Amino acid sequence: MPKTMGILGKKIGMTRIYNEMGFAVPVTVIEAGPCTVLQVKSEATDGYNAIQVGLGEKKASRVNKPQAGHVAKSGSTGFYNIKEFHVSNPEDYEIGQKVSLEGMFQAGDVVDVQGTSKGRGFQGVIKRHGFHGGGATHGSKFHRAPGSIGCSAWPSRVIKGKKMPGRMGNDIVTKKNVLVMDVRTDENLILVKGSVPGAKQGLLKIFSK
Amino acid sequence: MSKIIQKIEQEQMRHDHPDFRPGDTVKVHIRIIEGSKERVQIFQGVVIKRQHTGMNASYTVRKISHGVGVEKTFALHNPRIEKIEVLTLGRVRRSRLYYLRDLRGKAARIRERGFNKG
Repeated sequence: MPKTMGILGKKIGMTRIYNEMGFAVPVTVIEAGPCTVLQVKSEATDGYNAIQVGLGEKKASRVNKPQAGHVAKSGSTGFYNIKEFHVSNPEDYEIGQKVSLEGMFQAGDVVDVQGTSKGRGFQGVIKRHGFHGGGATHGSKFHRAPGSIGCSAWPSRVIKGKKMPGRMGNDIVTKKNVLVMDVRTDENLILVKGSVPGAKQGLLKIFSK
Repeated sequence: MSKIIQKIEQEQMRHDHPDFRPGDTVKVHIRIIEGSKERVQIFQGVVIKRQHTGMNASYTVRKISHGVGVEKTFALHNPRIEKIEVLTLGRVRRSRLYYLRDLRGKAARIRERGFNKG
């Protein structure tokens, strides 16, 4: 992952906006920040440099005691989402500091967006790996099956990493080099060009580059 | 739809266009950028359909150009459209006038709609 600071956000959905040339551009609307810095991890104490941030403040009655104690220093009650960003300059941040879109991103920037893709359940090889499958008719008995999964006497086993049916989706996916179309700091909104991984309301990490 | 997206779309929507329906003859003024120059091109014809709602609304205009039927679909809220002029109101009995594609000349005429003509 890039060693840069970023911000946590929630995917709101997609729409389109007209750019200055009058072309319609598909955009994803992300409600990002403001995040609170909860912990500053450094090479000396934790073995790596990172900033831990929280998004979406919880009321005190919903927070368990371990988390309440952990976030107490930052002056907040608790958070729905807590994530880390690996950075090279942890000394620039302090606990309790707010991280918002303002000053971090502006229209025209290029960012990476990370999210958890939609879960597809147990899927066959055609959907999961793009196998072609067989003919549907003309006496074909080979439809959507994976076919041979290896040789016989040697090696007498299936090689590791063979593409087979199984759980698809629900993976962490990073979309790289996404263009920022618009940033609305007063509404905590960032509009990026094209799609981003995951469902609406899903948590996203936006990395500055 | 989320209120946030509704708001973003609302900002971009144009409310300066006149009301028009399929069957109406319109003049669409399109701002075209050629290299560094900008000029206005006019596309005049019959509206054969209106599609979608909200931010995604569009309409299709058909005309006969040098004996060849030409159709153009425009996004209703496109900022590059300078203006839409409604020339005549047409009385038609369906919302998609695809039958006009098979007709030429006199047969492709559309009866006018007025306050008293329905």
